Amino acid sequence: MPIVVKNLTFIYDEGFIFAKKALDNVSINIEEGEIVGIIGHTGSGKSTLVQHLNGLIKPKNPNSVIVDGVDICDAKTNLKEIRQKVGLVFQYPEMQLFEETVEKEVAFGPKNLGISDEEIQMRVKEALEMVSLDFDKYKDRSPFLLSGGEKRRIAIAGILAMKPKYLILDEPTAGLDPWVRIEILKELQSINNKSTTIVIVSHDMDEISKIAKRIYVLSNGCVALNGTSKYVFSQFDKIKELGLSLPQITEILYLLNSKFGEVDYTELDISKAVNEILMALNRKGKWKSKIA
Amino acid sequence: MEIKNSLTIGQYIPTGSIIHRLDPRTKLILVLLFMVMVFLVKSILGYILLFMFILILIVMSKVQIKYFIRGLKPILILIIFTVVLQLFFTRGSPIFTLGPLVITKEGVYLAVFILLRLVLLVFSSSLLTLTTSPMELTNALEYVLAPFKFIGLPSGEISMMMTIALRFIPTILEETDRLIKAQSARGVDFESGGLLKKIKNMVPILVPLFISAFRRADDLAIAMEARCFQVGAKRTHLKELKFGRLDYTFTLIFITVVTTVSLLF
Repeated sequence: MPIVVKNLTFIYDEGFIFAKKALDNVSINIEEGEIVGIIGHTGSGKSTLVQHLNGLIKPKNPNSVIVDGVDICDAKTNLKEIRQKVGLVFQYPEMQLFEETVEKEVAFGPKNLGISDEEIQMRVKEALEMVSLDFDKYKDRSPFLLSGGEKRRIAIAGILAMKPKYLILDEPTAGLDPWVRIEILKELQSINNKSTTIVIVSHDMDEISKIAKRIYVLSNGCVALNGTSKYVFSQFDKIKELGLSLPQITEILYLLNSKFGEVDYTELDISKAVNEILMALNRKGKWKSKIA
Repeated sequence: MEIKNSLTIGQYIPTGSIIHRLDPRTKLILVLLFMVMVFLVKSILGYILLFMFILILIVMSKVQIKYFIRGLKPILILIIFTVVLQLFFTRGSPIFTLGPLVITKEGVYLAVFILLRLVLLVFSSSLLTLTTSPMELTNALEYVLAPFKFIGLPSGEISMMMTIALRFIPTILEETDRLIKAQSARGVDFESGGLLKKIKNMVPILVPLFISAFRRADDLAIAMEARCFQVGAKRTHLKELKFGRLDYTFTLIFITVVTTVSLLF
């Protein structure tokens, strides 16, 4: 199993008045090639958890975070290697931009890994392509003069250029325009299709329901719920109890089901959901003629 | 996290003790007085007495001693450096010789003096900042500086600037931590490497830090103007400071102890 987190507990400012338990006995595993969603509201420990996955925060107990069979806690573990393998895109990653040109910015990661110049140029080109930015058009521009969405893409490309096997994104679409959000999600989907495992942290249920196949719900530092996205979003009461919302599509189908019955409210795919709605209306009979 | 934890500035630990309840002006003035008096003491005995006095105050403040010791960390190198310098480079009657290094009686005295002085200075200033919230502190500063208005010192604006600076220290530290992590995720190795490499590694931290600091300053200025902030306007305080019986009693005891110790020993 590629990334295994077992009984991970983390306390901020341990031993001081402000000590706060951010993670409490969390166990998750991430399989190769899948898209996993981590949801939970602010302060639930999502960001703390993902920072453990590439050793930015070192776990206290051995064997609590294992990447491809390598224990992150082990003193002999080469953290640089782990960080290449597990690419982490921070929340608001455009805040970390600092280079004069887009090309240099994206090249920064691979350069730190000691990769040859020709290889770097190829990777930069490739990475920018993956986020739908034209290399020749953007390479000499200053990252600071770009739009929010472009900046975000460049920051993501900066991690992609390191060719990570696992790509972890902390709220990748926060604070962006709806259109740009959809675009970025599409790009992530196609990156995943090229066999990169993706872990996506979010509190936007619609977004998560669209992209993630499997979901972990964190609450107060514990895994409160986990399973396929269909299963997780069928647990209405639990989700509401945790102070989270449901994807809009689930809410609609759920209401329809309580009115008409026999509606599969776990459907998350929009076109299939439309079918469900039409079938429900059909059964009701009234609209039969109009739909036909 | 590492950076955030090594700083005591602006770290207020509320415990509601007697020391916390004192008027911030009382604390501010007495700490300044204490710092002056520290330099007037001439004997080790005097320092030990002052040290015991400050320890009593620390116990009274109910703030754990480890917070005070943590305040020593940032100046640890300074302390070691000056102590070693005093120890080896003071002329006088030698008591110990090791090759070219000579430790003199006077050197030992001076080293102990400097050590105690620095520790006392750090402890007393920590006592002020750990028991007084930044807001109270700047409020007090405004009062203390108010008499200088006549020579054109804008005490209100100075305290406003202090408030803003103190308010943003934790924010900027948090952001530095974040940037260190974000750039580590991009393969920067902050732990190893020589001095030159370490300086070079600062660029990916400092550039974004400055950019966001400027943006934040802009936002803050707009937010303040939106609430009709005007430089030089006459303002009142949400919490008016008032000296109480506790302040008078405390001041009397404090001044008696400290002046007696510093004048007699």
